[in-house]
Amino acid sequence: MTDEKSVLDAPWVTVVWNDPVNLMNYVTYVFQRVFGYPKAKAEKLMLDVHHKGKAVVSSGTREAMERDAETLHGYGLWATVSHDS
Amino acid sequence: MTWEPFPEDDDLSAGERHEPGLAASFRSVPGGAAAFFEQPQAGVIRSLVSQVAELVSADAEAAGEADNLEAELGLSSHAEPPDDPVLARLLPDAYSGDPKAAAEFRRYTEETLRSGKVASAQVVLASLPPGGGEVRLSEPECQQWLRALNDVRLALSVRLGITDEDEDLTEQLAADDPRSAYLWVYQWLAYLQDSLLEALT
Repeated sequence: MTDEKSVLDAPWVTVVWNDPVNLMNYVTYVFQRVFGYPKAKAEKLMLDVHHKGKAVVSSGTREAMERDAETLHGYGLWATVSHDS
Repeated sequence: MTWEPFPEDDDLSAGERHEPGLAASFRSVPGGAAAFFEQPQAGVIRSLVSQVAELVSADAEAAGEADNLEAELGLSSHAEPPDDPVLARLLPDAYSGDPKAAAEFRRYTEETLRSGKVASAQVVLASLPPGGGEVRLSEPECQQWLRALNDVRLALSVRLGITDEDEDLTEQLAADDPRSAYLWVYQWLAYLQDSLLEALT
């Protein structure tokens, strides 16, 4: 996976990080609302964030991931954009 | 993340010893949600929401004066994360370990993020009478309330030093610690936000 082409082809991702404040049902609600995910998928992502400390919640172009992060910041979630997972 | 911290009967009665009657909550009504707030409850929410809005906008105005052209273009002259830890939490970096990308993102998004938070606060202040009373919210107003309540909780959590969701601060704060009253408000606001989510879903 060190080949340059595969790195360039890898999608950008939006990562949401766990924090001690946001309510679990609020995070699920935000994932449903922002991404249109069904409740089961939103809950699974929320639990991944909660138990693993972070979760990839969307992937795509860098511009799209920055829009997602900006939207999530609007809801008070701690989101970052990265290219490495 | 955290589960709603109460209601459990024990917590509720403990809280009521500090702030009688602060346990207002939302219920579902056609087209949105409604709640009844006593005057002290309305006062606490209005005060905290106003403080967050002032914090978020005062700093932005100062930046705008520093460079009006950037402000007119909707760009922030902020490239660094805010020094105030509350602002840093409300306006987080979007890139970890890449200060250059984080600064660029901040320049293009921070003004919008700030004005969105102020707008949410304004919806709360416009719909919650200072003297309290019945508040009936449309669905779009509920969305703004959810964000504003969440921003206040984030701000309080930084000031209270909440870093671990399992830690029980009520046992750590001395009774005369001025933060203990706010800890109860923080917990009540979680309960209130949770009730609003329940009313919406």
